[in-house]
Amino acid sequence: MAHPDPVDVLIIGSGASGGAVAWSLADTKMRILCLEQGDWQNPANYPSTGRDWEARQFADMATSPNRRQLWSDYPVNDDNSPIKVLNFNAVGGSTILYAAHYPRLHPSDFKVKSLDGVADDWPIDYHQLEPFFAENDRMTGVSGMAGDPAYPPQKTPPMEPIPMGRSGRMLGEAMNRLGWHWWPSDCAVTTREYEGRAPCINLGHCIAGCAQGAKASTDITYWPAAIRAGVELRTRCRVREITIDNATGMANGVVYYDKDGQEVFQAAHVVIMAANGVGTPRLLLNSVSGKFPNGLANSSGMVGRNLMFHPYASIWGYFNEETDGNRGPPLSLWSHEFYETDKSRGFVRGYSWQFGRGVGAILEAQQSMALGRLPWGADHHATYRKLYNHRMNIAAICEDLPELHNRVTLDPVMKDAHGIPAPKIDYTLSENSHRMLDHAIARATELMKEAGAWDVGVEKPILNGGWHLLGTARMGDDPDRSVVNGWGRAHDVKNLFIVDGSVFTTSGGVNPTSTIQAIALYIADQMKQRLATLFD
Amino acid sequence: MSNTLANPPPSWGDPNLTDAEKRTLAAMCARMIPASDEFKVPGADDPLIQADIAKSLGRDATAVHDTLALLNRIAGGDFAALPVAKQEEACATLRAEGGMNLTLTTRIVLQCYYRDDRVMISLGMEPRPPFPKGHVLPQGDWSLLDPVRARGKIWRDA
Repeated sequence: MAHPDPVDVLIIGSGASGGAVAWSLADTKMRILCLEQGDWQNPANYPSTGRDWEARQFADMATSPNRRQLWSDYPVNDDNSPIKVLNFNAVGGSTILYAAHYPRLHPSDFKVKSLDGVADDWPIDYHQLEPFFAENDRMTGVSGMAGDPAYPPQKTPPMEPIPMGRSGRMLGEAMNRLGWHWWPSDCAVTTREYEGRAPCINLGHCIAGCAQGAKASTDITYWPAAIRAGVELRTRCRVREITIDNATGMANGVVYYDKDGQEVFQAAHVVIMAANGVGTPRLLLNSVSGKFPNGLANSSGMVGRNLMFHPYASIWGYFNEETDGNRGPPLSLWSHEFYETDKSRGFVRGYSWQFGRGVGAILEAQQSMALGRLPWGADHHATYRKLYNHRMNIAAICEDLPELHNRVTLDPVMKDAHGIPAPKIDYTLSENSHRMLDHAIARATELMKEAGAWDVGVEKPILNGGWHLLGTARMGDDPDRSVVNGWGRAHDVKNLFIVDGSVFTTSGGVNPTSTIQAIALYIADQMKQRLATLFD
Repeated sequence: MSNTLANPPPSWGDPNLTDAEKRTLAAMCARMIPASDEFKVPGADDPLIQADIAKSLGRDATAVHDTLALLNRIAGGDFAALPVAKQEEACATLRAEGGMNLTLTTRIVLQCYYRDDRVMISLGMEPRPPFPKGHVLPQGDWSLLDPVRARGKIWRDA
């Protein structure tokens, strides 16, 4: 089957970046189509509406597609990686299944070569993105507090921060005693009525979809606005490859499988990739032609290379005082005390901390029993009562520098339900990352003890910690060392754009969603400014 | 939506336990989490909790079957028929040798135990899902940030 009548713009993926770019381009009145392999989610079915809410994080709402195995998922061979790939495939993409922690990259993150002599500078900078960060904060509905000394002063979240809670007070007091930076996190969670969304009521299980609608996911932020503006969103459509006009070398459409499994060709004048740092290189590498035998837009050989995850360490402590447990958004505070480079620490670049209030009853039992902290037998109950609602945790998010050998390729054997080759991950932690993780663990342990912890646990790196999929179609000015230019257009294909985390030149040391969306809005704005000369 | 499917794929394993497996599971659960008069909670071998476990194998059905089979092998036959002291010895061996399958089996036991009404009430929780009531958190006093403000800028010019 074919749709030979071309659309002006075809977007692949409806997640963080796909929603943002679709909404921004809608005011051009072009015919815009988005293909999404998953479907709409019904918030009435999110885990927090049921008694099995904790169990479902190990089942249909697991963060790993290999564990979930839903019809909308594709498998990922991540056996050769100490960090496993996490994602969610639906309208809203992985914003359905994230904690809504919403920091921006710092100004220094865009200039790591100039400042620290490592990796590469981005071809864009923080100040160019600043208006798009602000626009994205408004569209997303971000809570937080202005005046954070870790950022330039213009950052002003539109809503007041989520509650400090008991856990926040305990950590804040300890941070003050140590003289370390901390601040209420920017969170993509509403703290009051906002654009038709209800305020947060502290369900405590933000990650697996918000039944209240307080957590921003693009299915309830960008997509309603984009669809009202005329964008078409076709769900249950899995793209197999981007096709090329061999005469011009331009993309001319895509082949996808529709909800009935039928193969469909959709013609398009412009193709935009928004399928994340694993899905995008997978699709480009699967788009092989005579002109692009090594994958589309891959004359540099950089497609799939430089995969960056953000190595995470988890540090948690147990306290005599009761903590918030799972009562409230899990992430409410951050620290950027160790974010900027200080070479006396033994590594370059840095990390941030995100502070967790605690965990739910079942997760506490499972983790503590698996680690031998919670015994079998008669002592089980008394021990459990010392652990449950007495935990706080810190996640250290380390900047992951780009390395060519960390990469996404196509698995020679594994395929998805449509027979499309699956992605294969090869990834190792660098020595710099090990040192950074060790530093983060030592300082976080110091903090936990300062706050009164009587026991501290550590996981390094977090095995199921591949939330952030970055760098695999990097942005740069040099076509030999990058895949897209400074406004997201592929060096090799002048009507192919990439707007997701693949384009990150370096990773920074914070959760990337805010920056991914700001970049998507920036690229859309660049496209609009250049419409008359877009393919020159 | 549930965390189990009416017709799970064969790759997840048989979603049903045999009567013999149910006996072994209940006996193992009694050793793992015994009932407590002090805390007013049932054991994990309680019939309601066992019924919840039996319908919750989901993606880990094979791991549960294999764990129960291993436990019976360690016991030299029918684990459930052993005296308590011998069961505890067998469980100690299982915990040393059970690996990931035991971790997955234990996870199912704990997820069913700690969502039981009687257990939740004993822990001071309301036996309900988080939505729609939610929870109340203290707002806190943000003047606690004054020392951070006083220290001034820490971001790096670029």
